[in-house]
Amino acid sequence: MAEKKEVVIKIENLVKEFGGRRVLDGINLEIYKGESFVIMGGSGCGKSTVLRHIIGGLRPDSGKVYLFGEDISAAGEDKMDGFKKRFGMLFQSAALFDSLTVEENISLPLREHTKLDGHIIKIIVKMKLELVGLHGFGHLYPSQLSGGMKKRVGLARAIALDPEIIFYDEPSAGLDPVVTAVIDKLIVDLSEKLSITSVIVTHDMSSVFRIADRIAMLHKGKVLEIGTKEEIQNSKNEYVKQFITGSPDGPIGFFKPDENYLQELTK
Amino acid sequence: MNIFEVIGKSTLRTGAAIWDVMALFFKTLYWLFFAPFKGKFIGRRYIFEQMVFAGLQSVLIVSFVTFFIGIVLAMQGAYQLDKLGAVRFVASLISVSITREIGPVLIALVVAGRVGAAIAAELGTMKVTEQIEALDTMALNPIRFLVVPRFLALLFMLPALTIIGDVLGMFGGFVVGVFNLKIAPNLYISTNFQFLVMKDVMTGLFKSFVFAMIIAMISCYHGLNTSGGAEGVGRSTTLSVVSSFILIILADAVLTGIFYFSSV
Repeated sequence: MAEKKEVVIKIENLVKEFGGRRVLDGINLEIYKGESFVIMGGSGCGKSTVLRHIIGGLRPDSGKVYLFGEDISAAGEDKMDGFKKRFGMLFQSAALFDSLTVEENISLPLREHTKLDGHIIKIIVKMKLELVGLHGFGHLYPSQLSGGMKKRVGLARAIALDPEIIFYDEPSAGLDPVVTAVIDKLIVDLSEKLSITSVIVTHDMSSVFRIADRIAMLHKGKVLEIGTKEEIQNSKNEYVKQFITGSPDGPIGFFKPDENYLQELTK
Repeated sequence: MNIFEVIGKSTLRTGAAIWDVMALFFKTLYWLFFAPFKGKFIGRRYIFEQMVFAGLQSVLIVSFVTFFIGIVLAMQGAYQLDKLGAVRFVASLISVSITREIGPVLIALVVAGRVGAAIAAELGTMKVTEQIEALDTMALNPIRFLVVPRFLALLFMLPALTIIGDVLGMFGGFVVGVFNLKIAPNLYISTNFQFLVMKDVMTGLFKSFVFAMIIAMISCYHGLNTSGGAEGVGRSTTLSVVSSFILIILADAVLTGIFYFSSV
């Protein structure tokens, strides 16, 4: 790329093991300010684990994670709290608080982290709800909402504190194609209107090409390929090609070779 | 796996769990006593909500249980004391046994079943639906927002419920004593307080104070460490009630021992 871009997230040689199994095996990533970056890969490839490291939920076994130019693998709790206020996160299940109404859900971070007046917070909440197209739903409880509406409320809550980065964990999980398209459009809108950096973890290919500026493909804890949308679409890598087309045959195998199967059957 | 491996593994697991509960306890104390000096207060609204749930809404079941235990104790006591011709002392038997022992323990068990199970199930559900993680990514500490209010509410409400239960238990005995055993009401009341000393009430309340900490810590611990969907929530709830019961009985034995031997 010609212009020099500001790096907001940088991951260096990230390694993580769970119970002796190496889930992340030397991940290197750079995410630039203002772009929409998609981390894609099959189930269990480690993409959610990468995300958990960036938001400070997990600590690396080795390697470094830089957020806003600072090493968060060594950051204390107070410092990490400071970072947490600068990003928002949309969870796979939206993770709305059941005991609070939509309005209270969105206003919670505002009430706890700002000294704003009650009715100013109310106005902000209404603006956020308007942004996700749910004006007038503030008094409902999460159990009264559909899956797509929950996701949108979750998004409104994630942008409550006007974050610099938003993380999306499987934004299309459990949604029908139309709602998925709506959420994708919201993600694109938000990153364009508010020039927010978006990091999206997903395996939904139709979403990936709608949202992404750049894409990283993960497989078995390693980054297979990083590139712009076009580069990935025209990739020569067999794994990437198989994943994009969603073909059952290819190097990403789920079936054991025949001999093993026979051995196991007769054992 | 041989027997030694099984014993070794479960010992290690129990040891780790005790360590984790202690860690949670100290973190709770930190948010309760030290964090406010850094300007991080506990929301009064959350504490109030939990007090209403743990305290006010438990009054009916606690009153019901202790009232009938009072009646049962009166009948059982009268059956024995009648042989000695000392039926009148049913009143003191009930007042002392309820304030010292039966009141605090029974009410703690009821609250562990009602409130502790609810805490474990609620926090467990929040855990498996990513709500705990969501709190954390919003820089809202789950211990500060979820554990401390529940801890405080139980700490205040369990002794309060114990006082209510003590009174109701004595009233249950009064009903049997006056209407069935035909003891004159004022004689019953004076006998009720004849052998009851302040120490009986205070040791009872001290016990319920300790039981409150046990219930709060155990149920929050099991809730926050839930994994594995709906089944996991069920497991945490069961575990929290069972381990609270065991620890309450255990703590009761230890505390009673301490009070008993320190007064001899």
